[in-house]
Amino acid sequence: MRHLLSTKGMSRDEAILLLDIAEDMADVANREVKKLPTLRGKTVVNLFFEDSTRTRISFEAAAKRLSADVINFSAKGSSVSKGESLKDTAQTLAAMGADGVVIRHPASGAPHVLAESGWIDAGIINAGDGTHEHPTQALLDAFTIRRRLHQGAARGRDLDGVTVTIVGDILHSRVARSNLWLLTTLGAHVSLIAPPTLLPMDMSGWPAESGFDLDAAIDAGPDVVMMLRIQQERMDAAFFPNSREYSRRWGLDDERFGRLAPTTIVMHPGPMNRGLEISSAAADSAGSTVREQVANGVSVRMAALYLLLSGDREDS
Amino acid sequence: MSSDSAASTPYLIRGATLADGTRTDLVLADGKIVEIGSGLSGAGATVVDAAGLIALPGLVDLHTHLREPGFEQSETILTGSQAAAVGGFTSVFAMANTSPVQDTAGVVDQVLALGERAGYVTVQPIGAVTVGLAGERLAELGAMATSRARVRVFSDDGFCVSDPLLMRRALEYVKAFDGVVAQHSQEPRLTEKAQMNEGALSSELGMVGWPAVAEESIIARDVLLAEHVGSRLHVCHVSTAGSVDVIRWAKARGIQVTAEATPHHLLLTEDLVVGYDARFKVNPPLRRREDVEALRAGLADGTIDIVATDHAPHPVEAKDCEWDAAANGMVGLESALSVVHAAVVNTGLLDWTDIARVLSSSPARIGRLAGQGQGLLVGAPAELTLYDPAASRAFERGNLAGRSANSPYLAMTLPGRVLATFHRGYATVLDGALRPVDEIAALEERTHG
Repeated sequence: MRHLLSTKGMSRDEAILLLDIAEDMADVANREVKKLPTLRGKTVVNLFFEDSTRTRISFEAAAKRLSADVINFSAKGSSVSKGESLKDTAQTLAAMGADGVVIRHPASGAPHVLAESGWIDAGIINAGDGTHEHPTQALLDAFTIRRRLHQGAARGRDLDGVTVTIVGDILHSRVARSNLWLLTTLGAHVSLIAPPTLLPMDMSGWPAESGFDLDAAIDAGPDVVMMLRIQQERMDAAFFPNSREYSRRWGLDDERFGRLAPTTIVMHPGPMNRGLEISSAAADSAGSTVREQVANGVSVRMAALYLLLSGDREDS
Repeated sequence: MSSDSAASTPYLIRGATLADGTRTDLVLADGKIVEIGSGLSGAGATVVDAAGLIALPGLVDLHTHLREPGFEQSETILTGSQAAAVGGFTSVFAMANTSPVQDTAGVVDQVLALGERAGYVTVQPIGAVTVGLAGERLAELGAMATSRARVRVFSDDGFCVSDPLLMRRALEYVKAFDGVVAQHSQEPRLTEKAQMNEGALSSELGMVGWPAVAEESIIARDVLLAEHVGSRLHVCHVSTAGSVDVIRWAKARGIQVTAEATPHHLLLTEDLVVGYDARFKVNPPLRRREDVEALRAGLADGTIDIVATDHAPHPVEAKDCEWDAAANGMVGLESALSVVHAAVVNTGLLDWTDIARVLSSSPARIGRLAGQGQGLLVGAPAELTLYDPAASRAFERGNLAGRSANSPYLAMTLPGRVLATFHRGYATVLDGALRPVDEIAALEERTHG
């Protein structure tokens, strides 16, 4: 793999290979020494133009467990916030000999531009670009679902026939977009539930159903319910009246949670707004994978870094 | 000096094909077309062999950004004039979003004078509608109208005059001097942070959408305002099928509205955004295939009156970056005729007579520009261009004559090629090559007397 920019276009076999390698990486985490020498001498730069401590430390842990050297480059308070361009930043990192760049950027497509520009030769991992994609989040979600369903026999399996309902701010969610493509590639059925103002204007090309009614979606008995974080700024921009009304209509509250089958997997990419999009009872239930998702994130990112940076880099 | 002899030399253009298909010779002398017919023998004239070439009246661009004063790293009046000449233009209307803004008689007269000094084309300044393009109070429209630049077209292009009362007042006020308000139709609240056409592709790419209704709602409001106050409205860069419908309705109602489409909106679609190449970022954004088809149909049936380039030069760094950070705009003067050729001539929608109308006579009439757009008639000013419709070329950097290279057509194959352009009777482009600055400046001075 040359870069990891999106899950759209990723094949089923590529996805399963990465998830299987992540299983191996997860095994490492259970050993006394949680470290592999695989990327010794390689330099990974976490280039974050947006604050995201969770994603950044997950990538940092992943790179360190593979023995890579890690440089964290936060755009806040750096030359970038003083007007340095993406191009100059990229060329600076190239001059320092970065082998891999993990980029989080507020502009959709920025990782793609970095990968195609010729400014830098490093492998690029998209750690979230605008409201476009967040492929490692989707991979860790798929990994989490697969493990829950198949436990120790997960290797080689896909998600054929699994029903996944994603609820919340689909319009602005790179997590939803990446999950849409990856989960359907793996055979899952995805439905998207949101207020009409928070669904994209035209989803005709999306392999998913969409609707506004969370209660009907709950009663359909999905295998997985994935709740998305609601940002404060959406309320300020009149996407819905207020948090109370949102919670009443689109929150996974105790009552709705109680109507789900006990086997239902409840997911959230974090950080959660408890009491807004998800109740504490749901978040802390046996069906909740919130903490597993965090742990699995490290394994999946180790797999991605391994595929990009170990051995001879193939040209795509 | 060669330039002196060239200035006094008439031209005999031999065997050109007129827009209507007839073949003829033309003699240019003293800044005018003095003879049209077959077998002409212009004694002492420089002979230009135009066999196989179409003679079109000099093209007139109602919508050009020349960037001077203020943004000379992108373009100057001289370099933009050169880009225009290479594209077959003999006149350009210079948009007002310079720095300082063209919102006073002093600035528009300065732009006029710099255009005259360059000498490649007639540079007709456009005046800002509001002071500093700020959309708050009217600029001194009357002073610009009575200045040496005789401004008749007023526009805040780049910004929409979104305040309905201010728009009403502007439309009313310009009646005093037969002016026209050229509106950049973009409802600002509906397009906050917008990056590309709103639709299936923006949904997938996670880009903030630029809805068609943001353009259409302003056009609908403005045509009703124009009707109410009995004024002339010109709609800049129409980009959606719905806008074409609204304008068609307004014209059927007798409202005095004219409209333009850009070459890029007649050829390119939003699918080009997929690779995040910021050369394709433009305001209004590239739209769907259905919109392109509707614009072509609107141009063919007269709903859209003209093609105007919206030539918008930007320096490399404004495009060599992530999409959101990139500037809107494309250069278009050098490629315009070829792109229109590909989009509406090769598709059988317009013939060369129509091209002469939409790229010369109609824009000159809308802009009330004397000395341009009069067609190829004996006694008319010698403003014309010779175009080889059989040519085909891979469009590249070397085909651009302006200062900036933000063309969406680089590496595309385009039909046709401008081989000569004549302005005030002298050649600004000959054998496909731009003539040197000093020669043109000397000729310009001579013809102005």
